[in-house]
Amino acid sequence: MSGSKILELQQIRREFVMGTEIVRALKGVSFDVFSGEFVTIMGSSGSGKTTLLNILGCLDKPTGGDYLLDGVNVSQLSRNELARLRNHKIGFVFQAYNLLPRTSALENVELPLFYNPELTTRERRERAMGALASVKLVDREDHTPSQLSGGQQQRVAIARALVNQPVMILADEATGNLDTRTSYEIMALMQELNQQEGKTIIFVTHEPDIAAFSSRTVTLRDGKVVKDSKNENVRSAKEALAALPPADDY
Amino acid sequence: MSTINLILIALRALQRNKLRAFLTMLGIIIGVAAVIAMVAIGEGSKESIQSQLSSMGSNMITVLPASNVAGGVRIGGSSYQSLTLPDVLAIQRGAEHVSAVSPVSSTKGQAIFGALNWPTTLQGVAPSYFDIRKLTINDGIAFSDADVATAAKVCVLGQTVISNLFPSGESPVGKVIRLNSIPLQVIGTLAPKGQSSFGQDQDDIILTPYTTVQKRILATIYFQSIYASAVSETTSAQATDEIIDILRGTHRLRPADENDFQVRTMEELIKTLSSTSSLLTILLTAIAGISLVIGGIGIMNIMYVSVTERTREIGLRMSIGARELDILLQFLVEAIIISVTGGLIGVVLGITSAKVISLTLGWPTVVSQSSIVLSFIVCAFTGVFFGYYPAQAASRLDPIEALRYE
Repeated sequence: MSGSKILELQQIRREFVMGTEIVRALKGVSFDVFSGEFVTIMGSSGSGKTTLLNILGCLDKPTGGDYLLDGVNVSQLSRNELARLRNHKIGFVFQAYNLLPRTSALENVELPLFYNPELTTRERRERAMGALASVKLVDREDHTPSQLSGGQQQRVAIARALVNQPVMILADEATGNLDTRTSYEIMALMQELNQQEGKTIIFVTHEPDIAAFSSRTVTLRDGKVVKDSKNENVRSAKEALAALPPADDY
Repeated sequence: MSTINLILIALRALQRNKLRAFLTMLGIIIGVAAVIAMVAIGEGSKESIQSQLSSMGSNMITVLPASNVAGGVRIGGSSYQSLTLPDVLAIQRGAEHVSAVSPVSSTKGQAIFGALNWPTTLQGVAPSYFDIRKLTINDGIAFSDADVATAAKVCVLGQTVISNLFPSGESPVGKVIRLNSIPLQVIGTLAPKGQSSFGQDQDDIILTPYTTVQKRILATIYFQSIYASAVSETTSAQATDEIIDILRGTHRLRPADENDFQVRTMEELIKTLSSTSSLLTILLTAIAGISLVIGGIGIMNIMYVSVTERTREIGLRMSIGARELDILLQFLVEAIIISVTGGLIGVVLGITSAKVISLTLGWPTVVSQSSIVLSFIVCAFTGVFFGYYPAQAASRLDPIEALRYE
């Protein structure tokens, strides 16, 4: 990948004190991510990938080491500055979607923009509509989450992640709650965002077939990077979707 | 985050739970409405008590001659003569807190009309006496200052006298009665006043200009008493002091001399009045306090439940860039919107129910502005006070744990 360096992790350590014991979740993790990459972070449970995700998402600070996000050293920021950074540079996609109930898709997508005081109501609406358009849900703008399928809900969540024009999208098991077909649909959307709009995506998962859609895979075990490899032949989610047996119509 | 965004976020959050927001509000609505309606009833009854007491002449001041010692013998006050017209005029001119003053010169006699007669009291007074004693003319007119100046032979009859002299129900106005040997033309009748608080029949009376009594019957320059009214109940103490000062001046008393007159007020009545109204105020304040505290606890309870229920929402908001302060303010603004909206609805409902109560039950109600302002301020404060702790609890959540909360 030829883009600029967006993430820089240098010997990231994270330790938790549990009573008298010190649990070392991350024992010196180092890697860089460049603009336009689609990275999956793999690892079994307990490997430290959730801890790493929290640090990448600026929800948590490392005990040691430096984490530079878009040139800013996160370790030295206050909680309020971290909140601002999350608002401006990161778009989260969660396993459980985390949409506000009884709230229209459009309003859900608008949500991050409320914490950005520079925008007017009109700009907010336009950008939210734009984000909904890029996940192909414009016609569902006034549907509430309960009126949407799981895949559609996750697409609303992706639109919400896109709306602040972040430098990277951070997805946490974003296909974990979805069936294979819908998972592939989401992955196809992710690939499209990555390849056509050049969005940097970091995708945490434990499913190897999901990792096959990304351009690079970082594998963690026991708080360390055990494998960091480029994926030479990226599988196309669109083709994988087409190859699936047709959906049963009952 | 801008204020508009803050309010928008809070409004949308409340919108998602309209029924719950309304039920929470209901505590405040009922509280505020109850306070306003209660205070309106209280104020209404206070005012009607006040006007009743005033009609009894609670701001009335009586000046009587004092008992005095003449050659070692104490002379009863009523037989002592010290009050004259210059005293009355001096009070009229000099006392700021006195609104009206009238001398009283009275005598007893037999009132005669045709074949009927009735023993009664003839009181010679000034026209201002009607104001001081809150006497109203039922029929005809009262006498005027001109009648006083000419010692006119006119009179106004009380109801007891009328029923004894004119039992057939004909109007006495225009008739000429006699008191002892003096003919007096009836020019008006008094509205019935009933018994005084001491059991006296206040309607057994004939009123006539004081000059008529002084010059035509008693042949004296002295008065039995002087009646005055203070501007209001509250100023009657100052009015009393002024009258004492003035009379000591006109009577040329040296500082060491005792007063040769005595000044009396309706102190007992005033005390009753103020204790009644303050008791009412305390009672209503207590009700107000209790109902608003209950409403506030309702808000606090719901906000705590809401924070627990919306833990994931809070985690999400934090992950997409909400600061601790943003979360705190969001929940605080939600609580304030509930309490202020509830307060506004409560004010309207309170005023309406006060009106309905006075229309249907006929109770006098006075909606006081201070009760509206006060209860509104209290409920806004309730929102802040009871909303703050849940809001703080929300803002202190760890975003990582909040996001994983089940």
